[in-house]
Order: sequence, then structure tokens, then C-alpha cells
Amino acid sequence: MLVILSVAKNLGIVWNFEVEVETVFGEGILKGLAETARNFLGSYVSKNRLTTVQYPEERLPQIEAYRNFPFLVYDGEDWQQGLRCVSCFICEKECPPKCIFIEKSTDKKPDAVGKPQFYPTVFNIDISVCMSCQICVEVCPFDAIKMDTDFELSTGNRFSGLLWDKKHLAKSNEHYHKIHPTEAAAVDAQLAADRAKTAAKAKAAAEAKPAAAPATPPPVPAGSEK
Amino acid sequence: MIAATEPVRILSKSPTDDGEGQFLEVSMGPQHPSTHGVFRMDVVLDGERIVKLKPVFGYLHRNHEKIAENETYLGSMPYTDRLDYFCSLTNNWAYALAVEKLAGIQVPERAEYIRIITAELTRFQNHAALIGFLTQDMGASGTPLMYAFRERETILDLFESLTGARMMCNYMRFGGCRVDLPAGWLDHAKQFAATLPRFLDEFERLLATNEILMARTQGVGVLSKEFAVNAGVTGPILRASGVNYDLRKVDKYGIYDRFAFKIPLGEHGDTYDRYMVRLLEMRESLNILNQALKDIPDGPIVDPKTKIRGFKPKPGEAYGRIEAPKGELGFYLISDGTPNPYRYRVRSSCMMNLTVLEELCIGRNVADVVVILGSIDIVMGEVDR
Ligand code: SF4
Ligand code: SF4
Repeated sequence: MLVILSVAKNLGIVWNFEVEVETVFGEGILKGLAETARNFLGSYVSKNRLTTVQYPEERLPQIEAYRNFPFLVYDGEDWQQGLRCVSCFICEKECPPKCIFIEKSTDKKPDAVGKPQFYPTVFNIDISVCMSCQICVEVCPFDAIKMDTDFELSTGNRFSGLLWDKKHLAKSNEHYHKIHPTEAAAVDAQLAADRAKTAAKAKAAAEAKPAAAPATPPPVPAGSEK
Repeated sequence: MIAATEPVRILSKSPTDDGEGQFLEVSMGPQHPSTHGVFRMDVVLDGERIVKLKPVFGYLHRNHEKIAENETYLGSMPYTDRLDYFCSLTNNWAYALAVEKLAGIQVPERAEYIRIITAELTRFQNHAALIGFLTQDMGASGTPLMYAFRERETILDLFESLTGARMMCNYMRFGGCRVDLPAGWLDHAKQFAATLPRFLDEFERLLATNEILMARTQGVGVLSKEFAVNAGVTGPILRASGVNYDLRKVDKYGIYDRFAFKIPLGEHGDTYDRYMVRLLEMRESLNILNQALKDIPDGPIVDPKTKIRGFKPKPGEAYGRIEAPKGELGFYLISDGTPNPYRYRVRSSCMMNLTVLEELCIGRNVADVVVILGSIDIVMGEVDR
């Protein structure tokens, strides 16, 4: 029962798009239904028409650049000793919602390469406030804080369960290599280059003035991890 | 006894009709699924017809502007993601543009191209999702929305592999972008762009000539040219009313003057025109996207002179604006030479567009309000800030 009528005239409206004005009534609906049917039947034959996966049994591969919450990188085996963070407070100051809390040590302890450094006695991130913006990562001159990719973080305690301390935040450099291989390789290369440069400088300084103490390494310019 | 407030009346007598018809005051929202977020409309009904409509917003107010005045310039960038959370990359761009104007920073060529590519992808996915939601509001429950989201997911995958996040991208920086395109990203994007015409045809066939859709949208919520201009409406809604005003052509910000693209215009300013303008804008976005993907040069992605920390622009003021998918999004900044802006103001396209809601709805049925609101395309994150 298809009645030919001009929909435009019927409604007293004309419009200036390149769509057909004169249609068989019901044709547009049928066209749309044909499209739906094509997609429905297509989902049985074509993989890319069937786009959902049954999480958590099935998982899509993780995208490398994905970021979620920050973690503290440590070198070597011992997380206490190997933390790269020297507690400079830069990330605490730059974090937009101010969810990082740091307390600096009064003494220096040797880090993973044996250089005496300050270390954070307390390093807390309140991940219920953190908005995963990555600004702490960008501003840290020591490549000490990076973004993790773990997203299954539900906890029974919304206070202490979401306030992560130093121990919870510390993750090894291997972990960093596993989740962001390209970025971690670039960071390692940069760090090695910096270390070689400071070593060379210290050596030159030692040769020129044997009594002088080795200069503290200049901070890596922010943003150099790119 | 002194009543602190006016007594709440459910039924009120019509002041004009002298007992003829009774008006019913209904509060639509803020938890109504059709209000696209926490948005309330106080409507006065005469039967099924709208007599008065008062938009009430502020439920999602989170003090963005004041917070930004206490943040560093960079610190506000992740907050701009959360304005219109569908289009974080264009929000980033508008803010970056304002700061770049303020501090006189140049953007390298490659970064300009990346900005255009991401902005047009953002526009594409915004319009696709909007059409999905609009038709959902009309009762086409799910199908168009799911088709739109299928493409949107792929775009978000592209965003994620570039910026690390699907929606809260925090990607643009003053003088460029945060990271360069990862290896293979351009090829992925090109492959994806090649599949989009098929999607657009499908999407158009799905609904554009659907009689029910036409009956529900043609002649509904007519916004006249004059009223649209006077109310400060911008974006696809303004263009659906036939006003040829697109900042990409008017301001030529970034490098939009290098691309050939057309501005789709409506004629009647009704809901159907707003729907069609968006459908056609998606094609033009794709057009720009293809040109940008073809021409993108190699080079640096950020001005090496700009600092991440200790950024202090000289005292002055600047207004940066772009054609966001929903209209003109502008950031007005005043610097007093300190690391924090003295004044930070967002000119939100959604909020300005929302002001015409009453005009569009009066005399229509309740069901049309839902459709009209859907066609205005609001995101409460930006309306309330
Ligand atoms: S900026 Fe880096 S080194 Fe400084 S306190 Fe933060 S994590 Fe530690
Ligand atoms: S990701 Fe952003 S919000 Fe989270 S701790 Fe780092 S700077 Fe703060």
C-alpha cells in the first residue's frame, strides 16, 4: 500500500539538500531497514562488522601509549634503593589537582648506581584525585615517574585503598619496558647519554682540578623524554 | 505568617484564559535520560503544549574558571579536556591558541597539521555520536547510535595510540603538541579514512529519507536567521539557519586557509536542517582530513623555545577562538606576568546555543522538546564549566 506523495509538499516544507524530495512513502524506512539487515547478516560473515568483545574473558590488545595512573620507576633489584626519585618536589608543585604528597629525606643514600641522593621518605598519590594527565611525568627532570597501564583497580576501601604510598607506586624499570617499550628505550638511552656526559665532565674536572668534588649532574631538561 | 518562598503549585491557572485551561508545571530533568547530562528544564504545559520553558543549569558546575586562575597555564590544559568531554582535542586547541596569542608563540608546520587532523577527527566523531543520540531521542533506540559509536571507537583508538587517552587527551601544548605521531599512525589513519565514505553513505541511507524522522524533525524548532545571530548562536545550528559563518573560513586560524572545503548551509533552521548540516559537515571534515593526511610534512612538533615549567607570558590579554564541533569555543586570558592567569574565561558554545531553547520549544509538544534539545547538541561539562 504505497501511496505516492511528496513528503515535502505534504508538510508544507521544502529543503535545499541533495536528498530526493519526491519519494514513495515508506521507502526511506525500508532503505534504513535494508541497511540494518545488511549489518546484521554481515556480522555473521565479516569480522569487522562484529566489533564487540566479551570482556573480561576476551581482551583487546593494549595500546602502547595508553596511560592511567603514575608509578615510580626504580632501577636494579631493591625498590627502596633503586627509586630514581630524588624528592625534588617539582611534580608535587606542578600536579594540577595537587594529589601528590612528598616528604624529603634529611640524609642521602646511595642510589642504584651508587651515587648519594636524597630520597622521598613519603611519596603518596591519591588516585581518587589524580586525573591521569601525565603532567608529573612531563615535568620530572629525573625520569622517575611514569604512567602505568593497569586499569583494574577497584578496591574495597575508598580511603586507604585509593591512597597509594611509595611501596605501592614503586615499579621496576623492566615493568616500564614491558608496558611502554618504545618510550622506555628512549628514556634509557637518554639517561645513559646523560650519565656518560656527566662522567666525562667529572673526569675532565677531576683532571683539571684533582681536589674538586664532582659536580652534581645538571637536571635533564623537562620534556626530553620525547 | 511570613512565607519564605512562593508556595509550590503543581497546577496553576492560566492568567489569560480565565479558567479555560490549566497549566501544569513540570520539571524535566535533571535526571532525565534525554537531557544529555544533568540539565533541568522547568516547563509550563498547556496540555501537551509548551507555554514556557526555563533552562536550569549549574548542576555540573565545578569552578573551572576560578580553578584555572590558581593554576599554571599548563595546569589548566588537562581541565579543558573536561569541558566538552566529547571533543577534548578541540578544547585543547582553543586554549593553546589563546595562550599562543598571549605569548606570541609560533607553531611548527607539522604540529599545525596534526592539530587539523585531530580536530577534524574530533568533529567527525562528535557529529556521528550526536546524530546517534538525536535519533535515539526520537525513538530509534540504539541502531544509529551503535553504528556511530562503531566508527567513534576506531577514532578513539587513534586518539589513544597518539595521546594515551581516549577522551581526556591533554595533548596540545603551547607552541605545538606533546608527542609526535607514533610509527604507523598515519597509515592507520589513512586506512581508516578510506573506510569512512562507506560509513557515511550507510549512515545517510539509514535515516536521511526516513519518513518518520522527517515528520518528527521538519518544521520543528525553527530558528530564524535574525534570532540566531542576535542570540549569539554559533556552529552547525547557526549554519542550519542559513548563516554562512564558520570560523575556519572567517578566522582561518591554524592553517585552515590551505584546505579546500565547503560549508554546508541549511535553509529553514529546523531540526532536520540541523541534522543534515551535521551529516554534510562530516563529509567536509573527511575532505579536510584526507588533504591533511596527504600533505603532512616532517619536522618538529613543538616550538623548542617554549618551556613547560616556569611559563610566564608578559602582561596582556588575548582571546583565542576556534570552530569547535559545537560552535565557537573561545578562551579569554589576561596575564599579569605571573605564572597564573589573572583572568581566565571560557566562551562556551553549548551554553550560548542553549539560550535559544525556549524560543524553539514554545508551542511545540513535550516530545519535540527532547528532539530540539538533542539537535542543539549540548554537553553539560561545557555548559556548566
Ligand atoms: S619530579 Fe620526579 S624526582 Fe622530583 S619529586 Fe617528582 S618524581 Fe621525584
Ligand atoms: S597524572 Fe596528573 S593528576 Fe595524576 S599525579 Fe600526575 S600530575 Fe597529578
